[in-house]
Amino acid sequence: MSRMTTEQAIHQALAEEMQRDERVLLVGEGVATKRGDLVRNFGTARVRNTPLAEAIIAGTAVGAAASGLRPVIDLLFAPFLTYAMDALVNSAGKLRYLSGGQFEFPLVAMSMTGSGWCVGAQHNHNLEAMFAHAPGLKVVMPSTVADFKGLLKAAIRDDNPVLFFTDLALLHQEGEVPDVADHLVPLGQAAVRRVGADVTLVSYAKTVGVCLQAAEQLQAQGIAAEVIDLRTLKPLDEATVLRSLRKTGRLVAVTEASGLCGMAAELAALAVTRAFDALRAPVVRLTGPDAPGASSWVLEQAALPTAEAVVEAVQGMLGDAVVVREALATT
Amino acid sequence: MKIEDKKRVLREMVLHRRFEERCYQAYIERKIGGFLHLYPGQEACCNGVMEAARPGHDYVITGYRDHVHAIKCGADPKAVMAELYGKETGSSKGRGGSMHIFDGDKRFMGGYALVGGPFPLAAGIAKAIQLKGGDEIAICFLGDAANNQGVFHETLNMAALWKLPVLFVCENNLYGIGTSIERSTAVVHQHKRVAAYNIPADECDGQDIEIVYEAARKAVDHVRSGNGPYFLELMTYRYRGHSMSDSRGYRSREEEELWKQRDPIFILRDRLIKDGAMTMADFEALEKETDAYIENEVIKFAEESPEPRVEDLEKYVFADRATQLPWLTGKAA
Repeated sequence: MSRMTTEQAIHQALAEEMQRDERVLLVGEGVATKRGDLVRNFGTARVRNTPLAEAIIAGTAVGAAASGLRPVIDLLFAPFLTYAMDALVNSAGKLRYLSGGQFEFPLVAMSMTGSGWCVGAQHNHNLEAMFAHAPGLKVVMPSTVADFKGLLKAAIRDDNPVLFFTDLALLHQEGEVPDVADHLVPLGQAAVRRVGADVTLVSYAKTVGVCLQAAEQLQAQGIAAEVIDLRTLKPLDEATVLRSLRKTGRLVAVTEASGLCGMAAELAALAVTRAFDALRAPVVRLTGPDAPGASSWVLEQAALPTAEAVVEAVQGMLGDAVVVREALATT
Repeated sequence: MKIEDKKRVLREMVLHRRFEERCYQAYIERKIGGFLHLYPGQEACCNGVMEAARPGHDYVITGYRDHVHAIKCGADPKAVMAELYGKETGSSKGRGGSMHIFDGDKRFMGGYALVGGPFPLAAGIAKAIQLKGGDEIAICFLGDAANNQGVFHETLNMAALWKLPVLFVCENNLYGIGTSIERSTAVVHQHKRVAAYNIPADECDGQDIEIVYEAARKAVDHVRSGNGPYFLELMTYRYRGHSMSDSRGYRSREEEELWKQRDPIFILRDRLIKDGAMTMADFEALEKETDAYIENEVIKFAEESPEPRVEDLEKYVFADRATQLPWLTGKAA
């Protein structure tokens, strides 16, 4: 294992994939400035700064992907993706289908989002569900340093367009990354971060940490929470979530993104349509508010689901069960 | 252009014209659904440029008025018609329809329904050519109205900055849907807008194929020689409305008649007759022969082809490794 930050893991993934496959190129806002060693190793034709114009960056990537290259584009912040919507949603996601399968669009669009830097709503907007809703696109949003590396490498090798979101509060976190020559994490596989039998907490990105903290606190109260990190939002690993639900019968879905039509709503729908018979309590969603991200630290943090809120929700769901268990313990 | 080439192109242009007119009829008969944008009046543009380029070798991308461009690049008219019919044998297996004809084998990179959408894709195709070091060029055919999209400017900037091998062909037919260019665009002559990006630009008559061909030869040579992008504006006219739902209430019949006197097919035909290369009887026979081909082969194929299977509704959404496409070459270490 090597210890490194998310930022370093992303850089390693880019360097390794560019070394491995000469069709991979990196274009975007400031990529050559930020990653001088990649320019030195792979040349300015493959690592290139672009004008600050997201529609042409993404559109260029789509055209290059259709012609056999595997572009990675850095669009900096997730809200900037709305400038690139036509290329990503209407072209990358649809042209394979519209052409009857004649083309592939192997490209990765990277961007950052999330609270933690007080950057305001035009730099911080967890809009990942918008892309999960668009056909033909895959959506990845890791939480651990190892996953940032392994999932980015897998995304670059995927033959489909992948939206790769980096929670900016996780950019400087440190973590262990396996030293294997080719550390890949397959897209579409959730990770069970903690095993438990009483309740299933499902999340992704920074709120996985919130769920793990909550699970720790719940443990002290004798409640065993299972924590699932989705890692890939699309394709969604339904099997892992359902398997856990069949065991626990209780679901708390936690996202920083707002709730309406979001991933938490999708998880709730999954639970009631596919595991209704196993549910022992109504599903709980803990999400960010339906409001733009504030730049105030206080407001920004207030918009985040907390471990305390998760604990409270679980206690509410388990209320009767806890009373019964305590009663059994005293007899 | 050599006499033999002119005769061949006339034959192709008659096919393009009659194909489109037959689409009109099939649409009225409700054999074709969706939106239908027809090309008659503009044939010298696509034909003139592609005669100067290398169809099937150079990459071509365009907007929704795309049937003729696809056929000119080498797509089978039968597959194009079947696509309009929404059949499984269509060039996009019935998933695209009139506005989304694709033929990857012929490097026809598609019809695109969003105005201006192909601009950045053309830049990307050119970037791929540049990186792979081939002698192909990317050709982006679009109408004048597309130039009012922001990506027009983003693309011109990037193409010039990166010296991309891309030829922009603006088929200026004077109308964006039902709005005349004077009422939508501050600068009527589109090539003037390009000068700001240090991209060489030219304008010419888009009705006379020999004029288009000469202008396009210069343009193609410029791009293929590694000098970066070029912008060619062709002044032309579409006889039909924007699409089938357009009754042309925004322009006069007199204006239409004036343009029809400069019909691209008749200009070429009359020149060949004057040169003694063909007679009017030859031309009439050609039209009949073309109609028979369209009826007996193209329409027959489309009508008799199977519908896509409903079980395949979600097929082709995602790529999987089992179906690697032949032209996606490149080596992985």
